[in-house]
Amino acid sequence: MNWGSASEFFAMGGYGLYVWGSFGVTFAALLVEALLTRKRLADTRRLLRRELAADREALTEHASRRP
Amino acid sequence: MINWFKFASPASFYPLAGKLWPWFAALATAFCAAGLWISFFVAPTDFQQGEGYRIIFIHVPASWMSMFIYCVMAFWAAIGITFNTRLSGMMSAALAPTGALFAFLSLWTGALWGKPMWGAWWVWDARLTSELILFFLYLGYIALTSAIDDPRRADKAGAIVALVGVVNVPIIYFSVKWWNTLHQGASVSLTKAPSMATTMLWGMLLMALAFWMYSIAMSLYRVRAIILEREHHAGWVAELPEMQR
Repeated sequence: MNWGSASEFFAMGGYGLYVWGSFGVTFAALLVEALLTRKRLADTRRLLRRELAADREALTEHASRRP
Repeated sequence: MINWFKFASPASFYPLAGKLWPWFAALATAFCAAGLWISFFVAPTDFQQGEGYRIIFIHVPASWMSMFIYCVMAFWAAIGITFNTRLSGMMSAALAPTGALFAFLSLWTGALWGKPMWGAWWVWDARLTSELILFFLYLGYIALTSAIDDPRRADKAGAIVALVGVVNVPIIYFSVKWWNTLHQGASVSLTKAPSMATTMLWGMLLMALAFWMYSIAMSLYRVRAIILEREHHAGWVAELPEMQR
């Protein structure tokens, strides 16, 4: 174990800004990428469901108008 | 024998990717937990750089991934041009944002490491400059493919960028040998013993595995969105369980 206390751990021997700036931004960026990608798939699915529903509606309407 | 061409069809790759990505995400989490533990609690303090060297545990894996993902993109580009398979272009497109992110993180963590150790956030050294070019190649690929409306033509144009740009990868890798750079030489190589403590090496390898698994999970996840966006008029999409209400 390298650290005597939590504050020693966060200080990183004086390199706290650089070390936490690296790890923090990396994990924040990966998290944001994951969330944005999830949103992209969810949005695409929602749009397609709406398109399909509209298509089905148009089809049934067309069928009911037939004599 | 597995019929690989079966999985080259987006209709069968979409559910396969959906089944696979959670496993890779779980592996990424496990490797990341182990890697972070070693990075902060097992690996000793460096005698020259103190605790500042711990940036290595993400800087090197992120740089490796940025180069590796570009090679995988170039591989899919070559397959796409040779066999004219639709999925190849989709795979390249799914990999590009993650590769760009790792290239950015390599530069970002490098700057945060360079400042305390060299006294400069940035120097125009061969290693740093060639990595910056890699970042721009990713951005160029993304910009070019999203500027072309027809996805098949976008794939072809993107494939050219990926294949031409891949010559930059060995330039990055060997830059520290070919030129006199401020950036240090390779810490790990296949031909000689690594120039670092074993626990440091393990931390780095585990973080590299974590980023690798993350990239696979992310590209499989993203390719599903790309498949749906491009195949939205296909019959199989309408029959998907998630499309029924």
